Amino acid sequence: MRYGMAIDTRKCVGCSDCVVACQTENSIPHGYTRDWISETVEGMYPNLALEIRSERCNHCDDTPCVRTCPTGSSHIIEGGIVKVTHEECIGCGACIESCPYDARYFHPEGYVDKCTFCDHRVKNGQDPACVSVCPTHCMYFGDLDDPNSEISKVVAKNKVKVLAPEAGTKPQIFYLV
Amino acid sequence: MREELITSGRMNPGIDPVLHGWHWPIPFYLFVGGLAAGLLFFAAYKVLFGKEKDFPTAVMIGPFVALAAIVMGLMALIYDLHHPLYAWQLFTTIRIESPMSWGAWTLMIVSIVNAVWIFTYLKKIFPDFNLKQNFLRKVISNFIEEKQSEGKLNWDWKYKFLRDFESFLIKNRKALAWLMMILSIILGVYTGILLSAFNARPLWNTALLGPLFLTSGFSTGAAMLMILSKTHLEKIAFSKIDVLLIIIELFFITHMFMGYLAGSEVKAEAAHYFMGGEFTVTFWVNVIILGLVVPLALETMELLNVKIPVIIPGLLILWGGMMFRFIMVDAGQVIRYLY
Ligand code: SF4
Ligand code: SF4
Repeated sequence: MRYGMAIDTRKCVGCSDCVVACQTENSIPHGYTRDWISETVEGMYPNLALEIRSERCNHCDDTPCVRTCPTGSSHIIEGGIVKVTHEECIGCGACIESCPYDARYFHPEGYVDKCTFCDHRVKNGQDPACVSVCPTHCMYFGDLDDPNSEISKVVAKNKVKVLAPEAGTKPQIFYLV
Repeated sequence: MREELITSGRMNPGIDPVLHGWHWPIPFYLFVGGLAAGLLFFAAYKVLFGKEKDFPTAVMIGPFVALAAIVMGLMALIYDLHHPLYAWQLFTTIRIESPMSWGAWTLMIVSIVNAVWIFTYLKKIFPDFNLKQNFLRKVISNFIEEKQSEGKLNWDWKYKFLRDFESFLIKNRKALAWLMMILSIILGVYTGILLSAFNARPLWNTALLGPLFLTSGFSTGAAMLMILSKTHLEKIAFSKIDVLLIIIELFFITHMFMGYLAGSEVKAEAAHYFMGGEFTVTFWVNVIILGLVVPLALETMELLNVKIPVIIPGLLILWGGMMFRFIMVDAGQVIRYLY
């Protein structure tokens, strides 16, 4: 079992519904979020290429954030989901510095917080909040190990990329380009 | 041309460049860690090479400053934790892969050895027990008893185990010195490894950072001893050592930047932050010129018998060492992978 996400950058319109859904679902304090929208424009006018991505923790296979954690608070659960046990986190920030995607932040209560792939919803067979609200259905969530899952098929059929592969973390969020 | 726009309600170091995960306590901690490493190294080194008599400052006073530095460093580290009340959790596990974890342990062990070292010299440093009648005296007199003069030393430990422990350590001082020397090198290298272990930060992720911070830490230690020592012999000796260390440091820094420029795109980008970019002026003025080149020139002149008050190169070296760490920690968090 290996959970992952595929996000279709061609369909994403950058509405930020996923950001708001996550903030609501996970009671994220004001001024913080676990996911965000990034728009990159490349090229010289008039030859411009626009790409819109919904970004979050990539739930990497090779996790520097878990490795550098001095207390074992950052850890990996079933399905490859990277989580932080709030009660064990001393807020040293080592994991924040280890993440090439800046996917983690200091929660005002003193621990580090990040995307959990909504494991509390996934356990009950639901999709993560962000995936379930996307109005353009540009996000896919599921088991990458199962070749018959929707996400495996989407990743197999389309041209995909991951972000900053040179950082060596083996990210598990695939962007359709 | 490439432009990026990010929409988010988030406060994140990558998105709001003014917000960093690590603030002043971390570079401060790295600075005092390096300083302590240098001081302890020279104390141990002088004992191992039988120079104890000629270098009283290095052997006896340096370790006091080192212990104070380590305690301040630990306090800064704990202050920087967002959950300081949980700090004890650092010491319930050892996680070899986490630089934070073995740093906390190294610091803990080094400070114990450092305190033991000071313990063995207490009678030499304070032969005369003449504290005024105050709270401190009451606490201390629980452990020691005064004796009627017997030479200069007028006190001894009250408890036999303390006396036994002391004479055992003094008998095995060489072994203690070896231990402290090795630990001081580990501590010095560690201050660099804490940063270089982070693959995610292109500026930090270079194997040279360990030896570079080690050299720089030793050089600040030598500078501190230069300032503290009272005899010409000691001052000159540490001046010489510092000249050598500064040259090695300049060599490492040059190599580091050459490595960045020859490296991948992000690494080259990192180097440009120091060559024309945001950190150019602060880095060149504070670290290279004030912290390395000027003291190098002054100390060389001093060795050629031009009178120069050692406090000037000494303070400049300390300043440069501290700025170096502040700039590296700050810049490292600004320079990130591009995607
Ligand atoms: S994206 Fe960052 S926080 Fe998430 S698993 Fe990868 S390294 Fe860790
Ligand atoms: S901030 Fe918390 S989760 Fe992150 S490395 Fe430190 S203890 Fe681990």
